[in-house]
Amino acid sequence: MKFHKGLLKSYIIGFVLSIILTLCAYLPVVYHVNSHHENLSHITILFIILPLAFVQLFVQLLFFLHLGQEEKPRWKLSMLVSFFSIVLIVIVASIWIMQHLNYNMSFIQFNNLMKYGEGF
Amino acid sequence: MTVKAATIPTKEQIEEVATDKTLFGFWVYLMTDLLMFAVLFATYSVLHGSIYNGPSSNEIFNLPFALTETMILLVSSFTSGLGTLAAHEKSRKFVLLWFGITFLLGLAFLGLELSEFSKLVAEGNSWHRSAFLSSFFTLVGTHGLHITTGLVWMLICMISVATKGVTKSMVRKLTLLSLFWHFLDIVWIFIFTIVYLMGAL
Repeated sequence: MKFHKGLLKSYIIGFVLSIILTLCAYLPVVYHVNSHHENLSHITILFIILPLAFVQLFVQLLFFLHLGQEEKPRWKLSMLVSFFSIVLIVIVASIWIMQHLNYNMSFIQFNNLMKYGEGF
Repeated sequence: MTVKAATIPTKEQIEEVATDKTLFGFWVYLMTDLLMFAVLFATYSVLHGSIYNGPSSNEIFNLPFALTETMILLVSSFTSGLGTLAAHEKSRKFVLLWFGITFLLGLAFLGLELSEFSKLVAEGNSWHRSAFLSSFFTLVGTHGLHITTGLVWMLICMISVATKGVTKSMVRKLTLLSLFWHFLDIVWIFIFTIVYLMGAL
């Protein structure tokens, strides 16, 4: 029962930080949409909101799931890290492969090859 | 005899080890669930542009609506944490109060999500429309299904707490439940960012 005393505080900190982070990601997007996409580029917005999502992930892991208070050996943390690396491979590789596939199998390119080129 | 008696663990020690094992086992389940959501996220990112003359993401999503859903889920994640604290203090009244609030917020979230889905379907933008909408409904629908499961689980736990009080095994179950609920909130952060915010750009 020793670590339950600080838990209420950690929930409140996590809650407030999560609200702030959500609004920090939300407001630039609304501003961007309302200003008819003029002032900021899409890439800038992506570089703002994606890191904010990951920061909020860490905030919730620390303050809601109390991952930092785990005793050694840190089995939960090692499971999390190994699964995260699989997740990263799945997501990055899927997007990467499918983009190349789209590029190489694009319909226009295919038609050009068949009509004006030498075929395959 | 005395040496042997000293090595036999007490009932409390056995229970503590069992709780740790249960928590870790549930954690492993959450990680596999995370992997499933990752695959759905990857599918969504790949199919995001395949709209097949249907609506694109910035035509159908409503940002204030998504923010409302996010805030509701965030508050419910917070209250479920407070419910776990109350469970550790064996306070039946506060367990029922906090998990009751969590349940109502979860129900409100589910209602908002279903109203969004039914609006899309009524406008002819169902999962039949395009690959983009299929992947959208699969991703967000799977999350909604998890929320529904969590709500049923929460209801069963609350009935048990109301009739039998906060027993030791109930503390364990409520801890797992709030772990599950925090996990769903974390998945929702990414749905909010990747589907709604990036979709509105």
